[in-house]
Amino acid sequence: MSQAFTALQSFLLKSSGLSLDRDKQYLVEARLDPVMQQVGLKSLAELVARLEADRSLAKKVTEAMTVNETFFFRDRAPFDGFRDAILAELLNARARTRKIRLWSAACSTGQEPYSLAMILDEEARKLAGWSVDIVASDIADSVLKRAREGVYTHFEAQRGVPMSHLVRYFTKRKDQWAINQNIKARVEFRQQNLMADFSSFGVFDVIFCRNVLIYFAPEQKRNVLARLARALAPDGYLVLGAAESVIGYSTEFRPHDENRVILTRRGRDEVALPRGALC
Amino acid sequence: MKNVLVVDDSPMIRRIAKKILEELNFKTSEAEDGQKALAAVSASMPDAILLDWNMPVMDGLEFLVNLRQMPNGATPKVLFCTTESDVKHITRAMQAGADEYIMKPFNKQIVKSKFEEVGLG
Repeated sequence: MSQAFTALQSFLLKSSGLSLDRDKQYLVEARLDPVMQQVGLKSLAELVARLEADRSLAKKVTEAMTVNETFFFRDRAPFDGFRDAILAELLNARARTRKIRLWSAACSTGQEPYSLAMILDEEARKLAGWSVDIVASDIADSVLKRAREGVYTHFEAQRGVPMSHLVRYFTKRKDQWAINQNIKARVEFRQQNLMADFSSFGVFDVIFCRNVLIYFAPEQKRNVLARLARALAPDGYLVLGAAESVIGYSTEFRPHDENRVILTRRGRDEVALPRGALC
Repeated sequence: MKNVLVVDDSPMIRRIAKKILEELNFKTSEAEDGQKALAAVSASMPDAILLDWNMPVMDGLEFLVNLRQMPNGATPKVLFCTTESDVKHITRAMQAGADEYIMKPFNKQIVKSKFEEVGLG
């Protein structure tokens, strides 16, 4: 392994919590080549040498290396769970305040928060008189810009969006599909690195943090999960990616009784089972 | 294994669709226009139909209207697969009884997601 690769590993871990495995050398080339060409650098060593001093370069590298793949209603189950379990329970639990706060952490190009906004629109009748905030954040300005624009390619708009939703929530602009203003207006986008302090975001009833932690090193996973737990109401919900689990990284969550893709906070008097006991 | 009838006048599109559908574990058969597709479904009703819009002899919409009037014609899931991609066409397809709508060009991910959408994932 080259010295430059090792230096890049430690930079990414520090700057974004991203854990770059040794076998990801190909990924580095594929993703950083365009950056090197753009700024006129010839080797990874040159690039790494400038990272410390050049903040705009550091930002470009972080953005290029973080994974942005996403699509509307990705995996379906979490969104069905949001509608059928989470929302149904919150309608009871928050009946007095009539206020719900959602956070889509690491929202990439916006498909996740917009999917949630579409569900809220479908459930509008039940939510009449309620205020529902959706905060969506990502580390990368470039994807946030696209998320705010809410304009998707032919391929992006078709993947995961049922035809009834396409007709109802999008407007065709040439070969692209723009999400309608009433859905867009429901989402507030903010730049946020999950490794940095996000306590100013306040407390949420639901946090979607999907397919993010898998890229983090164990220590970073523990750190982020501990702070996510503090950003979540005691009876709030955490939704992770299909292949993700908190086992070994946090004892503050347990699977929802009816829906395994949803986690709830463990009560203060509940005894945490030993590591590995919850599968 | 579920059966999908691919209806398209382009042999190339039929070939691509067949390859993708077989990778997704569907069995496929083919028809090159709406009339031939009607004959095919009369002989044996498939689980799903991937349906082009613009075809000679009988177009996709006319086929769909005929299909939905047949005994058992309500059973197959119908997914349009067409270059027509404006809201007007999509709405007309929905009203005629289409279950989903794929806009060309398409890829495997889109086909997979649309078949999941109609419950044939």
